[in-house]
Amino acid sequence: MMIFDSDPNSVYATDSLTRQTHEVFSGDQIAALLTELGVTHVITVPDSTIGQWEPAIAQTRRIRLVRVCREGEAWQVAAGLYLGGATPLVMIQCTGLFESGDALRNVLHDWKLPVFSIIGYRSYLDQAKLPGDTCLVFTEPILDAWRIDYRLITSASELDVIREHFIGCRDAGRAGAALIAE
Amino acid sequence: MMGATETVETRIALVAALEALRSARRDDEVVITTMGSAREWMKLGQPHSLDIILVPSAMGHGTSIGLGLALARPENRVIVCSGDGSLLMNLGSLASIVAASVPNLVVVVFDNGVYEVTGQQPTAGAAGARGGIRPADFCGIARACGFDSVYRFSNVGEWREKVRRVLDSRGPTFIALDVAPVDGGTAPYSPGPAPARARQFMDALRR
Repeated sequence: MMIFDSDPNSVYATDSLTRQTHEVFSGDQIAALLTELGVTHVITVPDSTIGQWEPAIAQTRRIRLVRVCREGEAWQVAAGLYLGGATPLVMIQCTGLFESGDALRNVLHDWKLPVFSIIGYRSYLDQAKLPGDTCLVFTEPILDAWRIDYRLITSASELDVIREHFIGCRDAGRAGAALIAE
Repeated sequence: MMGATETVETRIALVAALEALRSARRDDEVVITTMGSAREWMKLGQPHSLDIILVPSAMGHGTSIGLGLALARPENRVIVCSGDGSLLMNLGSLASIVAASVPNLVVVVFDNGVYEVTGQQPTAGAAGARGGIRPADFCGIARACGFDSVYRFSNVGEWREKVRRVLDSRGPTFIALDVAPVDGGTAPYSPGPAPARARQFMDALRR
């Protein structure tokens, strides 16, 4: 259980995971999963965790990586892809989620396009690099505020959770996200 | 060097620029309009099934939606009508477009130097906001990002004459049109619920 003070400047956590720095999934696992799910394009701005998945995704024959400059672009490129009949997935860090609010609001809520995303949750597992990182304070409330149905993924055993959530969102025609602990 | 008065005199009327584009547009081409271009495009006649009136929008993202569509539909040319204020909000998209290698994407920037729909405040790229320093060179930016086909028009006759040939250039293509602000030009009204329009567009694209 993570425990946060209400003051964003005094974030602390008590958790056995706190000092771990491992990645939850390998690139091969993610690439295989996205291929299985029929994702055609991954639109991304990398961070130090999800960026490591790029080579594996790029090596698949069925998925095209689309590199954009800023996360707001990613949602809108995904919108265009969806309108064109593709199955896009946005892959960004939570900091990029913060940056891209208006773009995702427009895509997911104005136009109601069911874009799925994978969002890296900075400092959830490793709080040594950035002690007091306010990503831990704001990420989940921001996802709730934007009404994005997400699943928090903290261990390698939860790959199936992503799969089931993606399929559920796709079948229901609504947006969703997998929030991957970093 | 051209003086301020001469620059004003050579600006194209937005409606005339759009009419030329509408006349040249082929039936299988997607046209995305935003802000002022969307407002005027809707006045020009019956909507085309492959029009995207990007209202409501997240300002500046027409180029990004266009990129996605161009990637998904390489068989369709995608023409994005943006303003200079909008482009300034999403300049990075020009680099993203080149990186994605989309020969079927055309970006048309209607450069009037102002945020027209909010009352014609000058953009940060316009000479008026820079103490007379020369305005941002959008064609130069596009070239520097890697666009091979880059054009600028300040004369409506020349634009009418060359628009089809320019659209047919190997893309991604960047076109800047020096247009005059529309006095009293307000933000466009939505032509209807966006989700329903999205479905209609997708159906039309599949036909």
